[in-house]
Amino acid sequence: MITRHLLQYGLTRPILIMLALIMASAVLVPLLNLALPQSHPLHVPTYLVALFGKYLTYALLALSLDLVWGYCGILSLGHGAFFALGGYAMGMYLMRQIGTRGVYGNPDLPDFMVFLNWKELPWYWYGFDQFWFAALMVMLVPGLLALAFGWFAFKSRVTGVYLSIITQAMTYALLLAFFRNDMGFGGNNGLTDFKEILGLNVQADTTRAILFAASAIALALGVMVTAAITSSQLGKLMIAVRDAESRTRFLGYRPEMVKLFAFTVSAVMAGIAGALYVPQVGIINPGEFDPGNSIEVVVWTAVGGRGTIIGPVIGALAVNAAKSWFTGAFPEIWLFALGGLFIFVTLFLPHGIVGLVQQWRERERKAPPEKTEPEAAAQVGE
Amino acid sequence: MRHFLTIAFMLLAFLANPSKGFADEAKLRELVGKFAQANSFEETSRIVLELSATGDGLAARALTALADGDLQIRKSDKSIVIATGSGTLKLADPLTGDALGEAKSSELSKIKVNNNLRRVIRDAIGALTLSSPDAGVRLKAVENLVSNPDPLALGALETALSAETDPTIIIRLKAARAGSILFSDRSDADKSQALKDVAALGSRDAISLLTKFAATAAEPLQGEALAAMAKGEDSLALWGVGQNVWYGVSLGSVLLLAAIGLAITFGVMGVINMAHGEMVMLGAYTTFVVQEIMRASAPGMLDWALAIALPLAFLVSGLVGLGMERGIIRFLYGRPLETLLATWGVSLILQQAIRSIFGPTNQEVSNPSWMSGAFELGQITITWNRMFIVIFAIAVFVVLLWALNRTPLGLQMRAVTQNRRMASAMGIRTPWIDALTFGLGSGIAGMAGVALSQIDNVSPNLGQGYIIDSFMVVVFGGVGNLWGTLVGAMTLGIVNKFLEPYAGAVLGKILVLVFIIAFIQRRPRGLFALKGRAVEA
Repeated sequence: MITRHLLQYGLTRPILIMLALIMASAVLVPLLNLALPQSHPLHVPTYLVALFGKYLTYALLALSLDLVWGYCGILSLGHGAFFALGGYAMGMYLMRQIGTRGVYGNPDLPDFMVFLNWKELPWYWYGFDQFWFAALMVMLVPGLLALAFGWFAFKSRVTGVYLSIITQAMTYALLLAFFRNDMGFGGNNGLTDFKEILGLNVQADTTRAILFAASAIALALGVMVTAAITSSQLGKLMIAVRDAESRTRFLGYRPEMVKLFAFTVSAVMAGIAGALYVPQVGIINPGEFDPGNSIEVVVWTAVGGRGTIIGPVIGALAVNAAKSWFTGAFPEIWLFALGGLFIFVTLFLPHGIVGLVQQWRERERKAPPEKTEPEAAAQVGE
Repeated sequence: MRHFLTIAFMLLAFLANPSKGFADEAKLRELVGKFAQANSFEETSRIVLELSATGDGLAARALTALADGDLQIRKSDKSIVIATGSGTLKLADPLTGDALGEAKSSELSKIKVNNNLRRVIRDAIGALTLSSPDAGVRLKAVENLVSNPDPLALGALETALSAETDPTIIIRLKAARAGSILFSDRSDADKSQALKDVAALGSRDAISLLTKFAATAAEPLQGEALAAMAKGEDSLALWGVGQNVWYGVSLGSVLLLAAIGLAITFGVMGVINMAHGEMVMLGAYTTFVVQEIMRASAPGMLDWALAIALPLAFLVSGLVGLGMERGIIRFLYGRPLETLLATWGVSLILQQAIRSIFGPTNQEVSNPSWMSGAFELGQITITWNRMFIVIFAIAVFVVLLWALNRTPLGLQMRAVTQNRRMASAMGIRTPWIDALTFGLGSGIAGMAGVALSQIDNVSPNLGQGYIIDSFMVVVFGGVGNLWGTLVGAMTLGIVNKFLEPYAGAVLGKILVLVFIIAFIQRRPRGLFALKGRAVEA
């Protein structure tokens, strides 16, 4: 049913093209990496596979933020927290897979616990030696946190900038908490030194290729889920809440439930992105909770175009590619560029790259200019 | 004329050496000379005690040298010298420290000391430094005796007490005397009086002294000591609470300074300025630059650097804020989330700009002399820089309150806060007010930066550490209300400091954050919300 619905309404042409591109890269990039010899001009070096794999998880994170911000009007400045929690759940599984190969060779405890003189595994580490359990937690932990947080926040009608600030406070509190050694998550250093995932060596080229493909598939699934949600009746309601929350409430809907749903789904997506991110970069530490990271995710989404499906994906890929290039070529300039990007996009590109393209095409068609939704919203808001 | 000079010289000599009159140099020289005849550690020790009994600070040099093993006997004339260095030793007079030429180590013989003797010497030096002309040295010596009372030092203490003029040292001298009496062989009546004196001190040292005394004393003194101890513990606990309140107020005033500018921009204009922390940072860097310029051009005026930096920081941050408002924020009114992003961009640019100009490392901003040091209020130690920051925060608060309530600009600002369209209809130029308000809020952040440069590291990241806390304060206190900001800052500061001993600094902070997150759920508009009938989407 969902598939039919998707095919009928959700998957517009741009989204289909994007899905095709993602799936093609899922096949091609690993293939070009593994099958071709290193000397071949089309060979994709392994470091690039890992780098692009990382970008794909970022894209999924941006997409998850877009679901709440672009479609539901909730500007979360704490989405990095859900990403990091998913990452930590995966990191814990990877830590347990190290077994006796750690520096201390302790079969029961990860290295940092031995170092801290802990005698036994804390209860919340139980089960993480099983992949299925970790995979469940990757979704459950961020989801439940979002559910609880959102329940209280949306129930008491905390909206707008207040919500943004408390989401930021949430990720800041988690940052401080995870820095503590006695939390049992490796403190300052986080979790690292991973050996294998599902029996495969984390460092091996094949594993990297598989992880890349997995990230691409996850992103494709994320795109489809987001498309399905936003094109459904619920999606319409989300947009209604974004544009005129009070009016939606007075019409008899319950905006808090709509928001709660979007927030929770989005947190789960962010968690999955984090889980795919960790094995590819090989480390997860409390720095991921930094409020600055979460705000950067917002700019990816804004650059690409919020309130669209393909926008955040394009934005995340473009900004991160630029970041990699800048920090390599002109490390001094990068923060200027990023800061300028924030200002430029908010002032001149309110609908991002995708919005710009849409505008051009409309002008080409010489159609009478239509008011886009956020503008209409601004008028309603006043 | 010559007579006059002689008199002046004598007067100078007298002033430089107020201990004159305890013993003359010849007597000391004779005593020091006796070291040459001493054949055992006991004899040496007796000479040390005799020297210490003179109470003359001049003897301290010889004693220090003795403890260090530098006091030696010249074999040729059996005189005592201080010999330092290796190989060929430099000789110096044991009393005056005047150079006496050089000698090979074979021409000298060392006066031997053992650990027991060293202890005796140390105590003797402690007692002697009580009569040092330098008040700082006296204070240190007497404080050492307060915590380690010594019945042997009683004589020196009493002599010092009769000569001392500095009131803070007199108090400590009395305390040290009382402490020493407890462990001396004086009468029980004296000890009972001393007990009361020690108990009156109420410090942690006094209590440990009483504990030590109670362990050895006999009834009825033991009972008295125990009672005094219990009382002391109680008062100490009370002082502990007082100290925590002070720390809390101190932290609260820092939070207040950081947040009060934000309270204006956020409260009046509803603008989330994520670059607020960078305005604070700009203020701190202005202080740094002013200090550097003054260090180079007018080092004598360095103490006034802060007074000059204060208005400059206000101008620098205020102008940057004004520029931000005119250049960016005014295009984004009514879109708070976009404003948040754009100002975050500005904050990144400002940080990187400062990093490019001054480098990423911490810059050193010195405390002016009138802000360093500390004073004690009962059992609470209060550093002057914290004290001044509390005073400064309150001053800024009062001035701002006055400006908002008593000036035309303040009136217009409040009008715009309460009803923008009505204010506009009444002829208030709201865009102009917006720009000025933003400039004012940013300028105050800059002044906060001057204050924070005194207690925090001046680095490009300075502002980031405060931004989240400032938001918490403003949101907790309630938007658009300065009193809310004051109460919010002080509450958070004090709660934080009271949680710290139980939960640790980090966990305490997390708990406060969680508390605020929960609080906003209950009262989404803060403690002191503006009352109105608006239904906000």
